[in-house]
Order: sequence, then C-alpha cells, then structure tokens
Amino acid sequence: MNRYFTRKILIYALTFFLAVTIDWMIPRFMPGDPIQNMLSRANVNADAAQVMYTYYAHAFQLDLPIWQQYLNFWGALFRGDLGISIYLFPTPVAKVLMRAVPYDLFLLLPAILLSWWAGNNFGAFAARSKWLDNTVSPIGYILSATPYMWLGIFLAWLLGIVLNIFPIAGAYSFDLQPSFSWKFIGSVLQHWFLPFFSLFLVMFGGWAIGMRNMVIYELEADYSHYLEALGAPQRLVRKYAFQNGILPQITGLALQLGVIVAGALVTEVVFSYPGIGYLLLAAIQNQDYFLIQGCFLFIIIGVLIANFAIDIIYILVDPRTRRGMTGETA
Amino acid sequence: MSLQITDLKIYYQTLRGEVQALESTTFSMADGEIMGLAGESGCGKTTLGHSLIYMKPPMKYMGGQVLLDGEELPIWDMDRMNEFRFKKISIIPQYAMNAMNPTRKIGKMISELLGSRGVDFKAILPELERRLGLVKLSTSVLDMYPIELSGGMKQRMVMVLSTLLNPSLLIADEITSALDVASQKAVAEMLVEFRNQGYCKSAIVITHDISILYQIADSILIMYAGQLAEKASTETIIHAPRHPYTKLLISSLPEIGIKSTEKRLTGIPGNPPLLLNPPVGCRFRERCPVAFEKCTEAPPFIEVEPGHHIACWKEGETNA
Repeated sequence: MNRYFTRKILIYALTFFLAVTIDWMIPRFMPGDPIQNMLSRANVNADAAQVMYTYYAHAFQLDLPIWQQYLNFWGALFRGDLGISIYLFPTPVAKVLMRAVPYDLFLLLPAILLSWWAGNNFGAFAARSKWLDNTVSPIGYILSATPYMWLGIFLAWLLGIVLNIFPIAGAYSFDLQPSFSWKFIGSVLQHWFLPFFSLFLVMFGGWAIGMRNMVIYELEADYSHYLEALGAPQRLVRKYAFQNGILPQITGLALQLGVIVAGALVTEVVFSYPGIGYLLLAAIQNQDYFLIQGCFLFIIIGVLIANFAIDIIYILVDPRTRRGMTGETA
Repeated sequence: MSLQITDLKIYYQTLRGEVQALESTTFSMADGEIMGLAGESGCGKTTLGHSLIYMKPPMKYMGGQVLLDGEELPIWDMDRMNEFRFKKISIIPQYAMNAMNPTRKIGKMISELLGSRGVDFKAILPELERRLGLVKLSTSVLDMYPIELSGGMKQRMVMVLSTLLNPSLLIADEITSALDVASQKAVAEMLVEFRNQGYCKSAIVITHDISILYQIADSILIMYAGQLAEKASTETIIHAPRHPYTKLLISSLPEIGIKSTEKRLTGIPGNPPLLLNPPVGCRFRERCPVAFEKCTEAPPFIEVEPGHHIACWKEGETNA
C-alpha cells in the first residue's frame, strides 16, 4: 500500500515538473514580444518607448539570461507568486485567475455532473429498449459528433437571435453591477443558460453513448448469462450491468472534472463568458507570458489532482485494481 | 422417470437460414441417472443442454415436449421458465471461470441472487458452508472476489452455487474442459458425490471427453450432427457399441498399453455435414461404412435391448 502510493506520488511529481517546465517554455518560444506589444498600444514616442521598454523588461525580469528566468520562475512558484499580468498590468496573475475561476465552476460543474448523471441513466435505459435505442441513440451520435463550435453558434443564433429568449454574451447584463439582488441573480442565470445548455447537450450525448455500449457489453457478459440461467430477475442482472458499466465512466468524469479549471475554451469564446478559457485566449492574443503560464498551471494541477483522485476512487470501487495493488506489494 | 423429452426440435435463426441444430429428439432419463452427452464439436450437445434451461435467441423452439418429474417445462417461454430455473433445473455453464460478477464478493452475490429468488440466505448459509467444505473450499471464499480464486476453485464454487437449491436436474456443460487432468478427476468425482448426497437428482454431463464419462456416467448418449445416435449404459457404449458412428468414435480413442507404433490410431474419414442444409435421412450416412439405400430415410431412435437405444437401419433391423 505504502509502496504503491510512494510510487504514484513520485510519478505525479515528475509529471508536474515536466509539465510546468513545458508550460514555462511555451509562451517564451512564441514569436513576438509582450512588452513591445504593450508599448505599441500605449502609443508613446520612440525615445520614451526605449526607456519604458528597458524599465518594463527589468520589472518583468525579461532582461535576465534565460536559465536565470527559469530558476526564478520556480522560486516564485514555490512562494505562490505567479507574477504580474502584462495584459492587465498591474494586476497579479493570481488575482486575475481567481476572478475567473468562479465562473468556470458555476458553468462547468453543473454541466458536467448533470450530463454525467443523466447520460449514464439514459444510456443504460436505452441499452435495454430496442425502440429507444433505434430512435434516440442516433441523436446522441449526432450531438456528440457535431463540432461544438457549430452547435454553440447554432444555439446562440436560434435561441438568442431568432427567438430572442436568451442573451448571447457576457456573464450578466452589461448595465448591472454585481450585487445580491434578485435582478442581478436573474441576469446571471439568464446569461448562464445558453453556455450551460450547449455544453450539457454535447456531453450528454457522449455519456449516453458510452454507457449504452458498456451496458450492452455487460449484459452479454458471461456472469449476466449465468444469473439469467439461474432465474435471477432482470432487475438484478441490470443492476450488476449498470454498476460494472459505470466504472469507465467514472474515469471519464474525473478527467472532465480535472480540466474544469481550464474552462471550456470554445464555449467561453462563443458566448463571451469570462472564465479561464476566455482569459487564456486573451492572454495568448496579448502574449501575456505570466497569464498564459498561470492558466496552464491551473490546468496542470487540475488534471493531476483529478488523475490522482481516479487512482484512489478506482481502488475503492473496483476490487480488481485493489487486488493488483496488493499483489504488487506482496 | 426424471426427464422425458419428446420430439424436441431446436433450430438457430441466422441470416442465411435456419440451422437445424437439434432434430426431433426423444429420450428419457431415470431418477438418479448421470447421463453423459458426447459427440464432436457442433453436434448439438450444448444446444440440447441449454435449450432445457435457457433458450435465448437465436435459439428457436420448433416443437417438442420436455417433462421434468412429470411436469412440463415451458422452455420456449423465457419468463415462465424463471420459476423452474435454479430450483428445479440448474446449470454449471461452460464459462464457469467468468460466471461470477467480478465486482461483487462471492458471498454478497450469492445472497443477492438468492434474495431475488425469495430464498433466505441466512437460513441456507450453514448448508452452503458445509458444501464448500465438501468441495474443499474454505468458507472464507465467500468473503473474496472471484478474481482471487484460481480456475479450479471458481469451477468448484460455481458447482456448489448451481446446486445449492437441490435441483432435480443439473446440466454440467464441459465442466472439466478447462482443468488439468488431476482437477478433472476431482471435479468429476465431486459431481458423483453431489448426486449421491442428493444435491441434484440427476445430471446431464456434456463433454467431448469420453474417458471422463467412463469414470462417472451411468449412461452415455452419443449425438451426431443434431441427431441422436445411440444411448446405452456406459459399459455398453464403451465395450459393445452398435451404432456405426459410436463404434468408430470409440475405436478412435487411445488405449493404455498399445503403442502407436504398433497400431496407429484411426480417425473417422470425412467431416460432419453443415447443419444449415443437412442431408436428408441419416446424417452420418456419407461417412458410414455400412450405409445403404434405406439410409436416405431418417432412422427412428428405437430400443433394441432394454436401456439400449440406437438410430440405425442396419443395426435396428437385425434385432427388430
């Protein structure tokens, strides 16, 4: 048991190190110069620009040798300092990210959990009804095969522009200030619905198809046939099939939850929803090294924690992994 | 009579037509009889065994009657059969190695299965533990997952589970096929012991391994290409078979003490016919050394001596 966890933690530590290194490299290998970018927006004259460039390059420590920058980056990371955003100067990156995270959680947590729950139940249900399987499963395939961007734009067009039921941009109405009033909450929910619903639809289709296939596979497994041959009622056979079929779905769920902090980039871009995904796009467009690093760091940590959680959950729910684990230590 | 089958006919529905896997089958089994059911692959022995308990499509019921202890089994009706399954008729499947839910502890699975059949697990637990002892399994297996058991242990566990409600008829499908020779013998002897203890009144042992049947079966039924060929006591089948197919089958078995250099083992020339469109009449006639014109009519399965049935015009006539 201990050996298992020590090994796992070592692997995760190594993965973290490599991923963060790549995270640090990516923005620095992009063509272009963030400070030049910022100054060109400021429209200052050439001499002043030269002075300001030197000042900012020093302030962001971009004038140091590249290895020194790398070491400083790790040092700052351990102090919890993610740097200052260049694009939103002088807000610290950590603060920028913290402002965006609640929107991601609010949008993605319900979308992922609800679609997982509904998709699994529906998929298992479809697996045992030929009629339902023949009519609804193709819809599931179409939904999950549709390029998400297309579906998002279509929904925005249909429900937002043609029917004019839902707003299509922002997290709340632009003429409101955040407050705890019914009006504001209503506006937030109204703006939340379209991105949520489009995500829900796509993920629902994916979960339902996966679960349908798993349940059909389990119902054809030997143990199901044996139970039926011993006269077990369909209720019991299906219960077992569902419980075994859901195991791979748990992995899928944990992976989805892991990238939750990454936001749903395309959704947030299509609906201008101010989560991390939206932020990441802005950061890349403005070559904001520190903000890009910060966004990716969030994603890395999220994925690693989620994977670690799957490892533990699997030990708890699937005796076969448990046995493999104790077999290693024995 | 424990089991009485009349004119049972089972086909498989396939896209290319009906596979005539079991032609009008009529035979009976005595109380307490262990009947071996033997024949080469695809001769319909598993079809016969499964049709009695679990007839799922593409298996198709084409007619016939099955009486178990004088009561008719509604084998064509998946739902009505549930009442009989496990309690009256039970099966040790060919896939005993994978027969248990991998994510449930064995004891829990048994208790859930029994609960769903309206049997009190607590009340039956002492008996279950006693029988586990009989097959040399510790009671701690109930607290294990199937994956923690070896193949032989799983086989014995399934054997105990399948017979737990003392069914009248047990169908044992290839129960020794996946085991090594030592375990084969042990499992076969346990089956006899189970019968002797009354855990199952009678049993059909489906196998292609005639040497196992020689050790445990009271009688042997030989099948060929979906038809019954011969049924007689084990001694008779081994030492004095009368159907040409049985004769060739028995003579192709190796004997102890005879070196293959002195006497080469002979097989039966030719292959069994395809059952999608089988020849009319006796299906063995194309490989049969004694076939004659009359064999284009299907021979009846008649009793030539008490307890000895064969389906062959040549052999049947000499006695009739």
